[in-house]
Amino acid sequence: MIDLIDVHKSFNTQHVLRGVNLHIPKGKTTVILGQSGGGKSVLLKHMLGLIKPDSGQILVDGVDITKLSDKKLFAIRKKFGMLFQDAALFDSLTIGENVAFPIREHKRLPEKKIQKIVKEKLALVGLEEHAHKMPSELSGGMKKRAGLARAIALDPEILLFDEPTTGLDPVMTKKIDHLIIETQKNLNLTCVVISHDMASTFRIAHNIAFLCQGVIAVQGTPEEIKNTDHPVLKEFLEGFLRHQEA
Amino acid sequence: MKTFITFLGRITINILGEMGGMAVMLAKTIILTFTPPFRIRNLIKQMEIIGVNSVPVVLLTGLFTGMVLALQGYYGFKKFGGESLLGATVTLSMTRELGPVLTALMVTARAGSAMAAELGTMKVTEQMDALAAMAVDPLQYLIVPRIWASILMLPLLTGLADAIGIVGGYIIGVKLLGIDPGIYVQRTIDIVQLRDITDGLIKAAVFGLLLALIGCYKGYHTKGGAKGVGEATTHAVVIASIAILIGDYILTSLLM
Ligand SMILES: Nc1ncnc2c1ncn2[C@@H]1O[C@H](COP(=O)(O)OP(=O)(O)OP(=O)(O)O)[C@@H](O)[C@H]1O
Ligand SMILES: [Mg+2]
Repeated sequence: MIDLIDVHKSFNTQHVLRGVNLHIPKGKTTVILGQSGGGKSVLLKHMLGLIKPDSGQILVDGVDITKLSDKKLFAIRKKFGMLFQDAALFDSLTIGENVAFPIREHKRLPEKKIQKIVKEKLALVGLEEHAHKMPSELSGGMKKRAGLARAIALDPEILLFDEPTTGLDPVMTKKIDHLIIETQKNLNLTCVVISHDMASTFRIAHNIAFLCQGVIAVQGTPEEIKNTDHPVLKEFLEGFLRHQEA
Repeated sequence: MKTFITFLGRITINILGEMGGMAVMLAKTIILTFTPPFRIRNLIKQMEIIGVNSVPVVLLTGLFTGMVLALQGYYGFKKFGGESLLGATVTLSMTRELGPVLTALMVTARAGSAMAAELGTMKVTEQMDALAAMAVDPLQYLIVPRIWASILMLPLLTGLADAIGIVGGYIIGVKLLGIDPGIYVQRTIDIVQLRDITDGLIKAAVFGLLLALIGCYKGYHTKGGAKGVGEATTHAVVIASIAILIGDYILTSLLM
């Protein structure tokens, strides 16, 4: 469970988050929509304490992480798995080693077991053939999937995905959506997903939050969101809903 | 005039700000050094990159420095018949000054720049954030091993530079310029003390700290894509080189 309470963040003179209030329920998938450059990635990084807010509180399971010492913050981060928008793979390690990295760091497992998990996770994202490759040898979409495999390597309680399906073909998008739905359901995880893809959003979301002008302008179930009267959000949905009716 | 004063003021604030930031990084490094997990494997890898891989360039620098010291020194000593002091002069110059300083400058160019570039790239491509997100402290994982590897390897590299410089001086002095080998060696042993060597090694360790701290600091605080990485690398080399030269003056006056 994550709660953001009146979170403000500026970069130099740019006021990006202007009092974000957002409740991320436990064991559900919440999708965050919003304009490009609107602060979605910044918001997601706040949930892990990678960016500190100028003011406001961020509660993870009731603990305000903005006030924690480094040591306690690192302990809390073990609950999380994060996929960055540009994957952020370690470019000095192979794809397999990237996925193995969090396991090696936090679990004492025999090498055989580690390799088994790596293989499993890479298979889930369709990359089992590419474990030996370096990140520079992968396409953008493959990097993203590798990042996804690394994020779920430790089966964390909370998953943060920054645009998991951007740059993927429709078939792969569906496959990743199902992966998110399945992992979420099977392990009863808390997922926060940033997305620009409406079809994928409505496939995976239990809750949808719309970030606009630095605040959460609309929040609700997919059905509630479909019937929104917020003008910008309406525009977001227009193409998708028309397409769905046809 | 006013703009010039503003300019000076801004530079001073910048320099103080950076020094403050480096002091904080150093303090965290010291704390994290004694906090598990200990990154022994990373330390060994960095010792190889910073130390072992620098051996050829350091040997070459040391050899030619020793040789040129002998050649140049002979020219001066000959004017008043002091050739027998040549060995001691070469040795003292190598161990007290040129060994540590030149080694540190070469390692700055090789490894200090690489630290800034590598860490800077990791920073701008969010790999640092990814480490932190996986509950691994980038400071502990990346920076502590680099700083300690540098502190440990610089004295060793300097020792090598000293040794080969002294050999180079001997070759020029005895074989080329024809000074009596017995006198050359004996006068050197008479004059040079153990402290002349250890002082130089202490200097080297301090230079190792300076160059790694500056390289890591610049890399860790890189902003703005490929251009930012380039700038961080250039700044790291320039600032570390200046710090080594100023630090050398301060240490020399302290250790005299
Ligand atoms: N480290 C930073 N320093 C300065 N400005 C930043 C930084 N990170 C983000 N910003 C600014 O904050 C704003 C929001 O960025 P963010 O990456 O969160 O957008 P986004 O909603 O994720 O967009 P997209 O959908 O295109 O990924 C942008 O205008 C960006 O310029
Ligand atoms: Mg983004």
